[in-house]
Amino acid sequence: MAALQRLQPVSHVAVSGGTHGNEMSGIYLVKHWLREPSALQRDSFSATPFLANPLAIERCVRYVGRDLNRTFTKQFLNSKAAWDEPYEVQRAREINQLYGPKGSAQAFDFLFELHNTTANVGACLIASVQDNLLPMHLCHFIQTHCTLGHYPILLYNLPDQEAYSISSVAKHGLAFELGPQPQGVLRADLLTQMGALVACALDFIDLFNKGTTFPAFETEAYRFIGSVDYPRHPDGELCASVHSKLQDKDFLPLRPGDPIFQTFSGEEILYQGHATIYPVFINEAAYYEKKIAFNKTEKCSLSIPALQRE
Amino acid sequence: MLNEFQQSLKLLNRMTSCSVVLGAPVRRVAIFGGTHGNELSGVFLVKHWQKNGAEIQRSGLQVTPFITNPRAVKKCTRYIDCDLNRVFDPDNLGRKVMEDIPYEVRKAQEINNLFGPKGSDVAYDLIFDLHNTTSNMGGTLILENSGNDFIIQMFHYIKNALAPESCPVFLIEHPNLKYATTRSIAKHPVGVEVGPQPQGVLRADILDKMRKIIKHGLDFVRIFNEGEEFPPCTIEVYRIIEKVDYPRNKNDEIIAIIHPCLQDQDWQPLNKGDPVFLTCDGETIAYEGDSTVYPTFVNEAAYYEKKQAFVKTVKVKLTAKGLRSSSS
Repeated sequence: MAALQRLQPVSHVAVSGGTHGNEMSGIYLVKHWLREPSALQRDSFSATPFLANPLAIERCVRYVGRDLNRTFTKQFLNSKAAWDEPYEVQRAREINQLYGPKGSAQAFDFLFELHNTTANVGACLIASVQDNLLPMHLCHFIQTHCTLGHYPILLYNLPDQEAYSISSVAKHGLAFELGPQPQGVLRADLLTQMGALVACALDFIDLFNKGTTFPAFETEAYRFIGSVDYPRHPDGELCASVHSKLQDKDFLPLRPGDPIFQTFSGEEILYQGHATIYPVFINEAAYYEKKIAFNKTEKCSLSIPALQRE
Repeated sequence: MLNEFQQSLKLLNRMTSCSVVLGAPVRRVAIFGGTHGNELSGVFLVKHWQKNGAEIQRSGLQVTPFITNPRAVKKCTRYIDCDLNRVFDPDNLGRKVMEDIPYEVRKAQEINNLFGPKGSDVAYDLIFDLHNTTSNMGGTLILENSGNDFIIQMFHYIKNALAPESCPVFLIEHPNLKYATTRSIAKHPVGVEVGPQPQGVLRADILDKMRKIIKHGLDFVRIFNEGEEFPPCTIEVYRIIEKVDYPRNKNDEIIAIIHPCLQDQDWQPLNKGDPVFLTCDGETIAYEGDSTVYPTFVNEAAYYEKKQAFVKTVKVKLTAKGLRSSSS
C-alpha cells in the first residue's frame, strides 16, 4: 500500500442542483440554501450553492438545447461562441468561468452535483475514474458515517475517456444520484437523504481541513464498461421493454442467459454477454434517446492510501 | 310467427322483469393511447395493437386503437400547446380554426370528427383512454357519470376479474372539478389510469396491468353484446370532492412537499391530524378536515403546474340496474 498522501486544504466548494432541470431534489435543496445558507457552513469553509441550468429548471425539462452534463469537455469549453450554439454550451462556459477553469490552479477545489434518476439505484456516489484519492476518501466516510442507507460507488467514465460532467470543472468532484424518482416529482424521503449526504460530505471536508488523518482502506466500486440499448424496430421504435425480472435490480448481478427484455408479443430476450455484470441505470427515462436501456458495470476493488492535509 | 299483441307482451315482459334495463349493443369501440405523450404504456400498447391487433379483437365488435396526440408522443412530452385531455368542451370543439389555434384544440376537433361528434347518435359507443400517473394509484378506472349503468356493470365485471388485486374506481363527477376529457366524446367514456410510472418510462409490470384491464373490459362488451344478463350490482367508488394545492409563498413557490407518511398512500384513509405536508424547516402540516377522506393523485408530476398536490375523495356506493343488450 502506498504511503500517506497529502493534499492541499479544501477552501472553495460548490454544490450544484438542476444540472438537469427536472431532477427535483437538488433544485429544491439549492433554492432553499440560496435563501438559507447556514446548512452549508462549516468552521473551515462555506460551500456555495448554485442552479446549473436555470432555463431548463424554469421549464422543468432535462435540457433546452443539449444535455448540460455532457458538455463539460474541453472541446465544448474551449470552443468559440457561436450565435446558433445550444444554450447549454454557453452555460457550460459560464460555469467553467465561475468554478473552473477546468484543469487550472484557480478551479474550485470540490464541486458536488445533485441528481435524480427514474432507475432504482438507491443513493449512489458517482466519481470519475481518474480522480481517485479525495473523492474516494469522501465516499468511504459517507459509507461509514451516513447511516440512512447503503451507498454504492460508481465510476462513470472509461479509463481513457475525459470526464464530461459538471463536477469535472473543479479539481475534485462527486455526484449524488438518488432514485427512483420520476422527473418533475419531489419525494420527501429522497430530499431528506440528499440533504443528509451533502451535510456528511461537508463534515468530511471540514475534518480533512482540520488535519484529520484518514487511514488507508480497501473499497468495492462499480466501474462502467458499456451500455445496452433496447431492441428496436428498423424505424427506431422500441419493440420491447425492460424485463420485469431486471426492472429495479440496479447493482445486482446479471448473468449470461438472464432475461433482460420482453417484447410486446410476450417473448423474452436474454443477456448474451460472456460474464456476470452489474447493471445500473436500468430504465432511466432520459436514456431512451441516448439508446441506453441499462449501463453495464463490473465490480472492482480499490486500494486507497491514507490521506491528510498538507 | 308471433302476432303483434304477443310481440308487445314479450317486450313488456322483458322490460319489467327484475328491473333489468335494455342497453343498446356496443359495436364501435376505440382505445386511445398517447393523450399525454409521455405516458408510455398506452402509447406502446396502441402502437403494438396497430401492428398486431389480434389481442383486442372480439366477435361482434370493431375495436380501433388510436394515438390521439402524435406530436406530443414524438417529443415524449405531455402536450405541445395545452393539455389535450382538457379541451373537449363545446367552446373548444366549436372554435374557429385559425393559424394560431393551439395544436391540441385542432387535434380535439379532428378526433371529435373521427370518433364523435360528442353528444350525437353516431358517436363511438365506447372509448378506453389509456393513461399513466406518477402517483401510486395502482390500476384505477375512471368514471365520469354516476348514472351510467353500462359502465358501472363493466367496472364491476373488471373488478371481479382482477380480484384479489384491487381496482379502485375514481368518480370525477363534480359541478366544477369534472374536466372535458378526450374520451368524453363517446357514449361510454372509460379512463384507465395506471401507476406509479415515471413520465417517459415504460415498465413491464405497469403495461401488463393495463393490458389485463383492457382484456377484461373487452370481454365484458362481447359477453354483453351476446345477450348475457347482468343482475343489479353495487360497487364502491371514490368520488372527488376537492383539490388540494401545495403550500406556497407569495412568489408562488412551493414551500412544503408531500409528507413521507402521505407519499404513495393513494386510496388510504386520511384522518384529522394525519401528516400531509413537510416544510423546508422540517415541520409537519397536518390534515385539518373533520371527516375521513381518501386522497389520490398524490404527487403527480403533471399536476404541479395545475396547483394540485393531491385530490380528496369520499367513498360512495353506486348501484347499477340489471342490464342486458337490447339486441338479444
